[in-house]
Amino acid sequence: MNTENKISNFTEEIVKVENLSKSYEKGKVKALKDISFSINKGELFGFIGPDGTGKTTLFRILTTLLLADTGTASLNNLDVVKDYKKLRKILGYMPGRFSLYQDLSIEENLNFFATVFGTTIEENYDLIKDIYIQIEPFKKRLAGKLSGGMKQKLALSCALIHKPTILILDEPTTGVDAVSRKEFWEMLKRLKEKGITILVSTPYMDEASMCDRIALMQSGKILSIDTPVNTIKSFEEELYSVSSRDIYRLKNDLKEYENTSSVFLFGQNLHYTSKQENTNIDELKDYLIGNNHEEIKIEKIEPNIEDCFMRLMEN
Amino acid sequence: MAVNTNDKIITVKNLIKKFGDFTANDNLTFDVYRGEIFGFLGANGAGKTTAMKILCGLSKPTSGKISVAGFDVYKQTEKIKKNIGYMSQKFSLYEDMTVKENIRFYAGIYGLKRSYIKEKTAELLDRLRMNDYANTLIASIPLGWKQKLAFSIAIFHNPKIVFLDEPTGGVDPITRRQFWDMIYEAAHNGITVFVTTHYMDEAEYCDRVTIMVDGRIDALDTPDNLKKEYKAENMDQVFVKLARNIE
Repeated sequence: MNTENKISNFTEEIVKVENLSKSYEKGKVKALKDISFSINKGELFGFIGPDGTGKTTLFRILTTLLLADTGTASLNNLDVVKDYKKLRKILGYMPGRFSLYQDLSIEENLNFFATVFGTTIEENYDLIKDIYIQIEPFKKRLAGKLSGGMKQKLALSCALIHKPTILILDEPTTGVDAVSRKEFWEMLKRLKEKGITILVSTPYMDEASMCDRIALMQSGKILSIDTPVNTIKSFEEELYSVSSRDIYRLKNDLKEYENTSSVFLFGQNLHYTSKQENTNIDELKDYLIGNNHEEIKIEKIEPNIEDCFMRLMEN
Repeated sequence: MAVNTNDKIITVKNLIKKFGDFTANDNLTFDVYRGEIFGFLGANGAGKTTAMKILCGLSKPTSGKISVAGFDVYKQTEKIKKNIGYMSQKFSLYEDMTVKENIRFYAGIYGLKRSYIKEKTAELLDRLRMNDYANTLIASIPLGWKQKLAFSIAIFHNPKIVFLDEPTGGVDPITRRQFWDMIYEAAHNGITVFVTTHYMDEAEYCDRVTIMVDGRIDALDTPDNLKKEYKAENMDQVFVKLARNIE
């Protein structure tokens, strides 16, 4: 394959969404507010935002399980309304809530989904091997008796068993511990290498860097769409990490400081931006010394996705 | 916050909890001091929920000596329940009741006087800036508000200890930080906070942190000491090092 071909393949839009809106309770609750975006073939695309932002509503519309009020959406040139039957065949979907049969075993669940899609475990074993192999020793165990991490692996195997063109995962890592989350993202990267386009939602900002592009979402709207690197670049102010011995008092004192634009806790440090165009560090230090802070550390840092998200939320 | 290490509000000695031949809590021993923020971390299935249920008086241990707020977990569970508050991400408030009804309901369960409830409710709604939503159903207020309200209700009866089970899961980053402000305030007012979380940055906000792996407590110290001990830059790295060791 020549390079030119590769590039044109990569930029082929496989998901197109235009002016999508959806409300509940006779218009009282607006879950999606006029959303438009497109996703390229082979992308690992992340929807990042807190609960109640509209991520699940969006995914349910894209998976043909819910009708939008207005707007259109197509995946692989199949319309979510007109072509829903064809579309369902090429989609893999892992809903936020565990939706497999609790009273069937691991093996039975997988067999069931393979049969529904007219295939067999053997036919697509290659695709799920990495993931399934970890739970295969327990294949006779009922799904209802599995731990959280094992349920997640089984659900992903079931979503993949018909070799979908597009995989849609609704908060697969919510409530999952930090180690299992890292492992899950490694699995997604390997699937992406096999050419599957992946849409994934998450409330964890630190997972953004694992995606090719991310949409930051809040209150039914998309705040920004870009690569993680460009999203971070769009944070224009100088950002400082500030710490002292008593971090909680430091935060309150910084909030009172006249030059402060924003101050947020980040683990053992505070992230600080100034109203001044060029932050006057000496002045800041003097102010903190004047307030009896000890072991003061001030350091210029690169913003992370959470910094960007909070900045966009405030605007 | 000056924590007095002689003033123990929870003492756990050789706690064992078995379900059949499965050992969920394998000989846990630790103390929690009055007024501290105690972070209870661990991978899924490490045994956190099991231990927390025992400390709340909802489940009996197989063996071990455990006291919570001065009461025994075998015989004085009703007294424990009166002296603690509890909130979790999964269940906190009744969706089909209003803000005010939820406050009255929970305060009533704890046997608070009607006049006191009325006065404190007004104060609480003021502080949360939710006066306009007093008669709104919980189902239609944003998650972040819900969690802040749920926390306020969990400490409404001024308990000695409040147990928080993943209180900030799925909450937006700004509200998550406001929530921690409330936790600090409660601790400052002398309420001991026992909290679980999957956000490793939040582990840094705790006075001490314990990390459970496979039913055991593998580490218990201040975040600073843990980072030094495990030669890690942050709690995330500490967690990964500990949890990966089990294989």
